[in-house]
Amino acid sequence: MSGTGLVDQLKAKFGDRILGAKLDAIDPWIDVAPESIADVAAFLKTAPGLEFHYLNCITAVDYFEPDPKKAAKTPWRPHIEVVYHLSSVTRKHSLVLKVSLPRWRGDVEGELPVLPTVSGVWRTADWHEREVYDLSGVRFEGHPDLRRILCPEDWAGHPLRKDYVMPLEYHGMRGR
Amino acid sequence: MPIQADDPRIVEFDVRTDEMLVNMGPQHPSTHGVLRLVLRTDGEIVSEVEPHIGYLHRSAEKIGENLSPRQWIPYTDRMDYLAAMNMNLGWSLVVEKLLAYDLPEKARHLRVIICELGRIASHLVGMGAYGLDLGTFSPFLYAFREREKILDLFEEACGARLTYSYLTPGGATADLPNGWLWRCESFLRELEPVIDEYHALLTTNAIFVKRTAAIGVMSAETAIDYGCSGPVLRGSGVDYDLRRDGEPRYTGMYDGYAFEVIVQKEGRYPSDHKYPPVPREAVLGDCWHRFYVRMLEVVQSIDLVRQAIDRYGKCKGDWGTPIKLTQKLPKGEAYLETEAPRGQMGFFLVSDGNAIPWRVRARSSCFCNLSVTGELCRGCLIADVPAIVGSLDIVMGEIDR
Repeated sequence: MSGTGLVDQLKAKFGDRILGAKLDAIDPWIDVAPESIADVAAFLKTAPGLEFHYLNCITAVDYFEPDPKKAAKTPWRPHIEVVYHLSSVTRKHSLVLKVSLPRWRGDVEGELPVLPTVSGVWRTADWHEREVYDLSGVRFEGHPDLRRILCPEDWAGHPLRKDYVMPLEYHGMRGR
Repeated sequence: MPIQADDPRIVEFDVRTDEMLVNMGPQHPSTHGVLRLVLRTDGEIVSEVEPHIGYLHRSAEKIGENLSPRQWIPYTDRMDYLAAMNMNLGWSLVVEKLLAYDLPEKARHLRVIICELGRIASHLVGMGAYGLDLGTFSPFLYAFREREKILDLFEEACGARLTYSYLTPGGATADLPNGWLWRCESFLRELEPVIDEYHALLTTNAIFVKRTAAIGVMSAETAIDYGCSGPVLRGSGVDYDLRRDGEPRYTGMYDGYAFEVIVQKEGRYPSDHKYPPVPREAVLGDCWHRFYVRMLEVVQSIDLVRQAIDRYGKCKGDWGTPIKLTQKLPKGEAYLETEAPRGQMGFFLVSDGNAIPWRVRARSSCFCNLSVTGELCRGCLIADVPAIVGSLDIVMGEIDR
């Protein structure tokens, strides 16, 4: 199925909750509104002809430049992008979904942005979302067990955020 | 598999038992590295398994945001350290994808030789360590004897025995030395008859079959739902191998090669009829099938290496030039998955136009393969937990990154 065909199909079903698409990129992607990512995911998994049964990966990319001089030159406003890579075992095609979130919920520093979970659609998402929460600080609403997965439970901060500061000490161990 | 009350394996089932939490690991010999499992048990029966990971977390992704792609190659070595060549390949391909770099023919065949040898080495460890998990020591020694010869070959090609950093964006760091192909061929000739020994030691061994057949059965739907890949997915009967079904940039490497995906279709495995038949007790998707898929893949990789040696010998010209250490990356993002021995290893690269990536991400195959443990171990015996975890063939370096 061609990229434009799929975008039209999704737009017919979800209307303005499909925010856009970039089909000439290396891996073409579709932008989805944060609140409807779970619905779009469920549709992509079950719709005949699409059958995206396989969730490859969830990644969060932090777009933030701590250096104010460089920040003035960046073409984007600070935000976090969550990227979903899907593929179909039966149809042998793949797709990229993107969701754009504010870095902090309501612009209050320390309040993590919230996104509906897709762990009800693919169980792969369970651990992947835990990892995104742990390292990039995105809270997944409705996740059955949202805990840190790679860092210890009492770790402070989310290391893959661009403004993360390496701790100097952890339980008496020197950081550097 | 739920245990029935009249299961003959439960001898003391009328003894009153209390629910107990048992901690396995992180330094348990059969957890394949620093994996901690918390089991909720009632007597011998496990009702819940909760894996705790992260003991080997070295923030490879964060480090990748401060290094150029070629400088990050050594960090990919340390992910799946039993198949470091395949990790190098995954990262090299994704960088080449972003750069739209086309590889010379000779480099393509060189990569097939190296990666399929890496797959053999990795599966040999997987097999030997699985024997260890189940309490037999000798297959481990036999497997390491053969793996050692592959490491010797790798050492000759790149100087390292575990963390190679050999395949690199743009090709490889060096060409194969003189006489290497001949030594590789003679190694394959030695390896082939030994595989029959492995089958005698493990595959058809009555105790081994008892410990693995119909244990930890996973349906194809569960495997896909949890994002399992590699032999774990194919052991459940899903016909999916990225070497055939992946992206053109990866499958192009295997263009013109004759090979079949190792998966049971209509009750039989595709090739190698002289290998032992599936025992009657085994059910598709159990530990035995996952193990068997690995064993057959070794045979297939031998064949692929031979084909690649043949083609490589006929190629003239360059084996590829590594890209510059500080090569500027074009703005954009690229994601690519390759079929590593343990499953689909994906790398994601986001670039803002500098030589240093904005974000790198490693999608680990074992990470997903391990997440299914809780599901597989529900209702099994404590002694089956190492059998199930071992059959997933995990490497903690890759899970924790």
